Amino acid sequence: MFSYLANPARFMAFSAWAGPIFMAAAAVLFAVGIPWALIYSPADYQQGETVRIMYVHVPAAWWSLGIYAFMGGASLVGLVWRHSLADVAARCAAPIGATFAGVCLISGSLWGAPTWGTWWEWDGRLTSMLVLFIIYLGYLALWSAIEDEERAARLAAILCLVGLINLPIVKFSVDWWSTLHQPASLFRAGGSAIDPSMLGPLLTMAGAFFFLFAGLLMFSMRTAIFRRRVESARLRASQA
Amino acid sequence: MSAFAATFRRELSLMWAGGGALTPLGYFFGATLLVPLAMGPERALLAVAGPPLIWIAAALAMLATLERLFQADLEDGSLDQMLLSPAPLEALTLAKGLALWCVVGLPLALAAAPAAIALQAPVELVPAIVASLALGTAAFAGIGLVGAALTAGVRRGGVLIALIVLPFFAPPIIFGAAVAGGEQVGSAMALVAGCALGAAALGPIAAAAALRLQAE
Repeated sequence: MFSYLANPARFMAFSAWAGPIFMAAAAVLFAVGIPWALIYSPADYQQGETVRIMYVHVPAAWWSLGIYAFMGGASLVGLVWRHSLADVAARCAAPIGATFAGVCLISGSLWGAPTWGTWWEWDGRLTSMLVLFIIYLGYLALWSAIEDEERAARLAAILCLVGLINLPIVKFSVDWWSTLHQPASLFRAGGSAIDPSMLGPLLTMAGAFFFLFAGLLMFSMRTAIFRRRVESARLRASQA
Repeated sequence: MSAFAATFRRELSLMWAGGGALTPLGYFFGATLLVPLAMGPERALLAVAGPPLIWIAAALAMLATLERLFQADLEDGSLDQMLLSPAPLEALTLAKGLALWCVVGLPLALAAAPAAIALQAPVELVPAIVASLALGTAAFAGIGLVGAALTAGVRRGGVLIALIVLPFFAPPIIFGAAVAGGEQVGSAMALVAGCALGAAALGPIAAAAALRLQAE
């Protein structure tokens, strides 16, 4: 499928209807998932109503990691096959991933205040998410600092792959560090088997976040491609 | 291999002519001086917080040397010569990283000894702090090569390098500060060494890939 879409003309034809469909799927899933998560799913017996933050927090965390992995794949394709569409895909996915990481951090902080009694805890997962967020910012900053688009794409792709190799190391080191520094974690160990009544809305919200990402990616890539076309048309007009 | 040795020697003399470790060392001692001024001279507090802050000061001092690492080569055409040379660019970037470590990293590690003593670190921990910083600055140099190569074409790229490189400094800082804090010294030291070896192995490759693009 990806090689089929590698042709920009085909991609434009595909994304013209795929973008709205993805957005519609996201809207439907949100329409089902938000009431399910916020009203119809049970409150946690310990955390009460605040557990509902999970339905935003966890999908944002999952997809901010998933989007980085997607950017890594796109960067590899862009570097190896010098494919400009892969560069555009990685570039356009980055702000969405950074936003998801930011949503995860902010919702985690809001969740931590009532349940842990603190806005921020230097917990292993929080810390590695913060590192991921900063890596996203560095990626975006590098891209915007280099004027030549093609060179920016290649250099950012190298940075993205370096980050992809480094993320497990960062994750491991942060886990090692937090077990060293933290007393018994506030998460109950072993109690992670999530109840089916919460799993349903969680997966629905995760699906909604995925389609939101896919739809936004389509629109943002189309915008980037249109902008490129306008620029080259302008260049041709000025030379004529 | 002679190209490797020549690049290494050229870097050494260039860095030496540019003041050697003097500026980073001054930066390091200046930052260390600010620690007790900000926290107060209380012995117990300094003994706990001092060694980790030495690590931060060393990381920042290293960071400050990265901006010009490849920029000068790009501007004066040395980079084109490196690309023309039959030696692999990876070896030449490794030579540059090695030179950076010798001229800046090792002096910083040695300077950590008086700094640690001044910050009331337990004296028996000082050799471990120096050894871990010697390894840690190697990791910083390897990671820093990548950041410097990625931003070689960017004017005033110093802040950008910091943004790119600092998250990747997390693992060596974590393990190094654990050594400095006297917790699980053996395993933490082994993990700093692992970070250094990983950065030395992968850094030059990624930096060379970025430099090829810079010269295009």
